[in-house]
Amino acid sequence: MSRRFTPKVVTANDLFKGDVIYLTEDDTWSRDHRDAEFIEDEAHAEIRLIFASQQAGQVVGAYLADATTGPDGPEPVHFRESFRAKGPSNYPHGKQADQQLNA
Amino acid sequence: MYSYNEFDAAFVRNRVAQFRAQVDRRIDGALTEDEFKPLRLMNGLYLQLHAYMLRVAIPYGTLSSAQMRQLALLAERWDRGYGHFTTRQNIQYNWPELKDVPDMLDALADVGMHAIQTSGNTVRNVTADHFAGAAADEIADPRPYAELLRQWSMDHPEFQFLGRKFKIAITGSPNDRAVTGAHDIGLRMVQNDAGEIGFTVLVGGGLGRTPMIGQVLREFVSVRELLPYVEAVLSAYNSYGRRDNKYKARIKITVHETGLDAFREKIEERFEDLLPQFSGVDQDLLGEIKAQFAAPAWRNAPLEGFASAYDSDPVFRSWADTNLTEHRAPGYAIVSISLKAHGQTPGDATAEQMQVMADLAERFGHDELRISHEQNVILPHVHKSDLPEIHAILKAHGLATANIGLASDIIACPGMDYCALATARSIPVAQQLALRFDELKIEHDVGALKIKISGCINACGHHHVGHIGILGLDRAGVENYQITLGGDGTETTAIGTRTGPGFAYDEIVPAVERVILAYLEQRESPEESFLEAYHRLGMAPFKEALYGDSLKGSRARAA
Repeated sequence: MSRRFTPKVVTANDLFKGDVIYLTEDDTWSRDHRDAEFIEDEAHAEIRLIFASQQAGQVVGAYLADATTGPDGPEPVHFRESFRAKGPSNYPHGKQADQQLNA
Repeated sequence: MYSYNEFDAAFVRNRVAQFRAQVDRRIDGALTEDEFKPLRLMNGLYLQLHAYMLRVAIPYGTLSSAQMRQLALLAERWDRGYGHFTTRQNIQYNWPELKDVPDMLDALADVGMHAIQTSGNTVRNVTADHFAGAAADEIADPRPYAELLRQWSMDHPEFQFLGRKFKIAITGSPNDRAVTGAHDIGLRMVQNDAGEIGFTVLVGGGLGRTPMIGQVLREFVSVRELLPYVEAVLSAYNSYGRRDNKYKARIKITVHETGLDAFREKIEERFEDLLPQFSGVDQDLLGEIKAQFAAPAWRNAPLEGFASAYDSDPVFRSWADTNLTEHRAPGYAIVSISLKAHGQTPGDATAEQMQVMADLAERFGHDELRISHEQNVILPHVHKSDLPEIHAILKAHGLATANIGLASDIIACPGMDYCALATARSIPVAQQLALRFDELKIEHDVGALKIKISGCINACGHHHVGHIGILGLDRAGVENYQITLGGDGTETTAIGTRTGPGFAYDEIVPAVERVILAYLEQRESPEESFLEAYHRLGMAPFKEALYGDSLKGSRARAA
């Protein structure tokens, strides 16, 4: 029996900065996990991944990551994706710093 | 120290120019990522979890003050104000942007440095004893041979596409501080009955998912034979090593599957062909290199200042007792600067700290620094009369932690805070362990103890050879940490044994604490080290300390 599909987001690294980015519903890339398109349909997920992978001039290594719904948008499921969405735990660098600046 | 000749300088500069054009072509879309990736990896540029990472080679861990200052400049100008020194004596920058990397490489070329062959299936940075040329217990300085190997392996056309990466380590001292038993080739300098210097060659050591201890391929290879012999090993590996499975492609698997004797025969056969081809040019070159590694002019100075600071200042005394090693020259000491301040990231130094260390090397240290595989910085040649002043400067910059070789002098790989391959975090475990040891104030009582943490099975944190090794894994979506005991990275290399089931992220620090407290309870005297106590007692008391209640539970169930 094939494994049941669980909701996903499309994520990748930015070609220029190398930082983590997420594909949004309107075909742009956001640096905030909560802006990501929350994908509940497997076939649609495949289409979105193909779309992302074709943007080779902007993104590197697109893949589907498990996600769940949160109060402000999609949230990561696995701890690896939580670190990617936030930044390292030893310094306030990465997204946690960028998000503070934007707040 | 070795300075680049015209050939080295032109080669490195040319490579930077090539890479600059490659980056431009990637950015304007002429190169796909699949085309670009091998090119960037050949120049030390990885794409990690949060950003690009540039790994810069520090050949055999030796730096001048000018080079250290340039590393600080890179951290300040193109990164986030710090750098991370690694277990292969390199430095990594965690936050560069793609467009800046060619400028970073040009800045490195300005001081005779590069990032070539810090990735890929090639001969990586040749590592050496970080006390080389200074240690009192050394047969000879191994760095001229390391430099010869560096020049030979750099862009060697036959060895750019090996089955897998290839790591060589070299020690000039019988007390192995370079972990030669856990390298693809380990070179241990020895003297034969005639007093001639040569090398015992070990092959097939390595950590990672299949840890193996290097085996003696030849007891004695003379200086003249060194290069052709190492080339014969590489050549045989290149021919017979597996390429069908990445996890079985390291030379340790070739040795294991072929058998040491059969593999040795293939190497000896190749060696016979190669030896006559080495006409002596390599020996002429070695002579030139050796001249550049001549010892500095040692000086004499009165030692009263050192003695009075030692007697009157307990903080200085504690640091001197822990962080100094005997030097071969009278009146001198080797200073280990700890990059393991309690609660800090092991191996990280800020740009300012790098500048301070560079200044100290220039003022007091014959202009030399070393990076140890244990992620600390060494001033190899310091006259003892200068130590009180050096200590005061280090203290003012958070660099005077007196913990070299103690429980909080932890090796930790970047783990899942940075590394795309990691399965769990390493850094915060190291930080919390060090803070806990500081809180308990037990590490000076515990004495020599090597704790090493890897955030995945690839074992960059050398956990297999830690007296206490910690391996972070992903168990069903949760971080889980296995403990191994009894590992040893010295000339008596040993792979640690797993204690049993792993521990959750919030359980691992108390678990390690229980192991250490069990040792304190069970040791025969303060002179018996953790490793000695483990050898005498075996696993049982430590298992009991780790799993006591649950062990009793399972015994009761079995009864």
